[in-house]
Order: sequence, then C-alpha cells, then structure tokens
Amino acid sequence: MAKNIRMNAPLPDHDRARQLLHTMVLIRRFEEKCVELYSASKIRGFMHLYIGEEAVATGVIEQLQPDDAIVATYREHGQALAKGMSAGSIMAEMYGKVEGCARGRGGSMHLFDAKTRFCGGNAIVGGGLPLAVGLALADKMQNRKRVTVCFFGEGAVAEGEFHESMNLAALWQLPVLFLCENNLYAMGTALRLTESVTDIAKKGAAYNVESAAVDGMDLLAVSEAAAKAVAHVRECRPYLLECRTYRFRAHSMFDAELYRSKDEVTEWKKRDPITLFFEAMKAASVLSDADFEAVEKEVAKEVDDAVAFAEAGTWEPVSDLTRFVYSEGQRP
Amino acid sequence: MTFRDAVREGIRDAMRKDARVFLMGEDVGHYGGCFAVSKGLLAEFGPGRIRDTPLMESAFVGAGIGAALGGMKPIVEIMTCNFSLLALDQIMNTAATLLHMSGGQFNVPLVIRMATGGGKQLAAQHSHSLEGWYAHIPGIKVLTPATLEDGYGMLTSALNDPDPVLIFENQTLYNMEGEALVNPGAVDIAKARVRREGKDVSIFTYGASLNKSLDAAATLEKEGISVEVVDLRVLRPLDDATIMASVAKTHRVLIVDEGWRSGGISAEISARIMEQAFYELDKPVTRVCSAEVPMPYAKHLETAALPQVESIIAAIKQLVPDHG
Repeated sequence: MAKNIRMNAPLPDHDRARQLLHTMVLIRRFEEKCVELYSASKIRGFMHLYIGEEAVATGVIEQLQPDDAIVATYREHGQALAKGMSAGSIMAEMYGKVEGCARGRGGSMHLFDAKTRFCGGNAIVGGGLPLAVGLALADKMQNRKRVTVCFFGEGAVAEGEFHESMNLAALWQLPVLFLCENNLYAMGTALRLTESVTDIAKKGAAYNVESAAVDGMDLLAVSEAAAKAVAHVRECRPYLLECRTYRFRAHSMFDAELYRSKDEVTEWKKRDPITLFFEAMKAASVLSDADFEAVEKEVAKEVDDAVAFAEAGTWEPVSDLTRFVYSEGQRP
Repeated sequence: MTFRDAVREGIRDAMRKDARVFLMGEDVGHYGGCFAVSKGLLAEFGPGRIRDTPLMESAFVGAGIGAALGGMKPIVEIMTCNFSLLALDQIMNTAATLLHMSGGQFNVPLVIRMATGGGKQLAAQHSHSLEGWYAHIPGIKVLTPATLEDGYGMLTSALNDPDPVLIFENQTLYNMEGEALVNPGAVDIAKARVRREGKDVSIFTYGASLNKSLDAAATLEKEGISVEVVDLRVLRPLDDATIMASVAKTHRVLIVDEGWRSGGISAEISARIMEQAFYELDKPVTRVCSAEVPMPYAKHLETAALPQVESIIAAIKQLVPDHG
C-alpha cells in the first residue's frame, strides 16, 4: 500500500501528522455515525457522504488561516469539520434542532458558521462559485489578505458559472482558490460522458488562471499542492486546484449505484486516504499503532458527544417559523 | 432634472458618503450605462468602484452577493429584467435564502437595479415587467419607484437595508422631467402612498402606470368622477393597510399593472382585498393589465398590449356607471 504514496512531500512531524490523522478519522467516523442515524430516521432529507475524499478537505484546509473563508457544496460535512466547526453543532443541524449550526433550517446540505467563516453548503451545483468570487472581491476592495476557497465537484465544471467565475476572478485578479474535487461522477454520470476535455486542470489555461492537478487520495500531496495554491492566492491571484479523488459511498442515501462497477469501487478503496497516510507515517516512524488507537478513541468520544448534544437539543418553536426571512436588526 | 438624473444622483451621493458602495454591471462604466444612468460616474470614481462586468448575469449577481457578505455594499445593475432571468438562480436560490437557511447568520445587503417595462418598441426580450414575479419570493424586497424623489430615495434606502433589495426602474420613466430635488434623502420603503385623493374609486398602481393613472384621473374629474390614485411603490412587502384604507373610502377598486394578469401582482392585491375588505366593496375588483402576449414590436400592437390612459378611463367608467 505504501508504495502508492508520493513520498517526495516533506514528512510531517509527529504532532502535525497526528492532527491530520485526527481530522480525517473524525470525518470518517462522524459520517459513519450519520449513516446509522439516517437508518434510524434521526436524520432525514438528502445526505451526501464524503467518505473516501477526506484527504482533500483535510489537506487543503490545513493550509488556511482562521479568517479565510470557505464556500462549499452539499457534500460538506468534511470541510465543515476540518474548518473547526463543532461536530455537535453539525449533528444537531442534521437532527433539525435549534442548537444546529443553522438552527435546523439548512440540514446536511446547508451548514453555515459565521464564526469560522464557513459560508455554506450550496446545493445548487455551481452556485457557490460566483459567491466565492464576490467574497474575494470584497477582500481585495478592502485590502484584506484573506483567501476564499471554493469547493466544487467536477460536475460543476459543466455549469456556466464555473466559466463565468474563472473569467471574472482572473480578469479582476481576485484572491480565490477554485478547488475542484473530481470524484469522477456528477451524481451518477461519469466525467467522460459530460466533459469534452476531462483534464479539468487544463481549463485554467483558457482563463489565464494558474492551475494544477493532484492525487486527492494522497494527503501530503494535497497539502503540499494546497500550500502552493494558497500562497499564490494570498498574493491576490486566482488558482485552480483539481484534486482527483473518489467517493466510496453512494451519491446520497437514495442511490443504487447502477453507474459504476463494484470492482472499480474496490480498486479505489485500496487507496483509502486514511490507510495510505497512516501506513506511510508508520513506515517513516512518525506515527505508531498506539497513536492510531488513541486517535480512534478521541474521535469516538467526539462523535458520541456530538450525538448526545443533538439528542439533547430542542425544536425551534413553530412560532419562529418566519424569523430570518428578513434581518431583525440593523447590521452592525 | 430627469428621473435618470435622480437615480444617478442617488448612486453618486451614496458612493461619496460610503466607500463600501460600488456599482457593477454590463456597460455601467465606459459606455455610461445602457440607459445612461451611470454616465460620468466612471470619471469621478474610477474603475475600482464603477466596474464594467463581462456579460455574465449569474456571475456578477452572485459576486454581488459574495461582496455583500464580505462587508461591501454593492449596487448591481442588470440591463433589463428580462436578462435578470439569467441570474434568477443567484437571486432566488442564494440572495433570498441565505439569511434564513443560515439561521440568521448571513444577511445579504445587496441592491440590484434593473430596467423594466414596455413602450419603447423593444419587443419580447427587452420589454417585460417581471417585478410582480419577483414579489413572489420571500427574502427580498421589491421596489418600483415612479417619482424623482423615489428614484433617488429608494436607492438610498435600499443601500441602508440589511437585506437584498430589487429596484425596478421602468425604462419609459428615465426621461421623465420633474422639479430638482431639494435635500434629497432616504424614503420609506414600506408604505404605499396616495398620490391623488378621491372618493369614488381607487386605483392601485405603480411604476409607469402611475402617470397614466393620474392622467386618467385628471380627465375623469372633468366628468365628475373622483379617482383616488395609490402608488404602491413597494410590491414586497405590500402595504395592506394603505390599500384597505383606500378601499374603505371609495368602495370601488381598479388595479393597473404592466405585468400579465394571470398569477400577477394584481391578482395578489385583489385576493388580499377579498380577504381583508370584501364587505367594503360595492363592485367586484377590476384590473387593467398587459395583454397576455410576449410584447410585440409594432407600435400599434405594443400600445394595445399595455395599459393606457384610455383603457384605464374605460375601466373606471364601467366601475362607476352612474357618474359623468
């Protein structure tokens, strides 16, 4: 397994490696718990799992500052956790409780947190790209050295808003990182059936946006590529980073997966980003089995606490239904 | 001073007072605005604040939403409301939903201006009145200025508003002359306004149809019919109180709307009158709306498709047959 790892990225020290492992395992175990809770009807609506893609959010967000912004898609539990949102507030949101990060008004697809500048899961494919460009424009106009990262899937590349946003960001030299999570399927339609040019990173050239592609299953490769991309964006220039990844689970909870073979899924699972990373760290004596066990133990508690928080949460009174359609006070 | 000048002065004064305000849209800078509203602003404020955008309604409206979230106060100009449909996803799925969907965390202080309405022989892709459609959407406010004071003041008030505000400027109003504004400022963007008092019948209208309704009322006065003309001004939220007070006064209602009749704002106003003031009515509510056709180019057909002074007068005479 370790042979698949790109070992030319600098080795992390023990603390960093442990932290990275923690983030990936948290995302994985949190979502496994979500599946259980979905089956138990505690969570409803559409729910899209990130399992298999953990290295992308973990590696990219590791390179961000706390006041950098994220605009994400409906498959955003991983990004939200990696950005530092509490697992409890996310779980409570999926329960529909008022203690949820959006008071139960968004659910799984619409996690929001102003404090960590998590500007939402957007469930309109491509819809978040212009928003990210605007956040970057505001930063540029106010001379703030902040970065906005816009996560989107390869399916969004077919939307006009991808092209419009790339063009505008390049034209106005805006500090936005276009982060394409290429998991090969737009819901159930393969990339080769939707794009005339399947090499997404190449599309940057059409807009004079510097771009790169990276193995999205290789945490250190993602992290290294993201470091370069974020440094570029910090200088007020857009960047397109394509992370080639794979989701191990179905598109959502209502997907019979008729469009891909079990063999393909099995092959990709051999490149599980958590296993790849841990085995490499173990081989390099950066992490030990004891570290993994300790991380699992910590994460299990965090997930249990999140569920307990959600279970103990309350329902917003129906009399509050029409709150927040318009602002209740003037903006500070 | 024209209505166009009033809107321009509103933009200019707002930009002078608040560095967060900027204008973006197609041809707002070097061209001076499709309807010359922003003429001269590029020279005063420069390309950093008067931003010519590529032709990408969805992206520049979305960028306006993002910039608003990022602490700016964008004014986004969309050439005509027909083109706004290319940005409808951003307006409806994002601008109108973010505050609620985020549980109150992310408000969007965005102003979108667009030209609306027919009457200039621009045919079926530049002439429609979609403000009534937009008024269907919770989370945004819909303003329809019809006077110089509102042309200036509604923009000012919209910029002070913490939530997305859409301003529909009827393109036939841009050349409308009026008294120069003295100490112009913010206006309320919650209330309808009685523009002419009357006792026999109430007209509820807005935008370019306001002047047609006032002309009709002046003509009818000579025939002994006293018409009250209420300028709705704000289509969302509707000012039910002012509407119902006028109904209680005149007991007869004509709604004049450049939008289509089916499912339009006129239908909504009529329904609210049924719900809230049915027993005040002496006659069924009547409407003069645009004909249910895509707007034709030929002058005589376009004229026939739109509410006109004559059709308003005819409708009033049907409502008040014992007068005159």
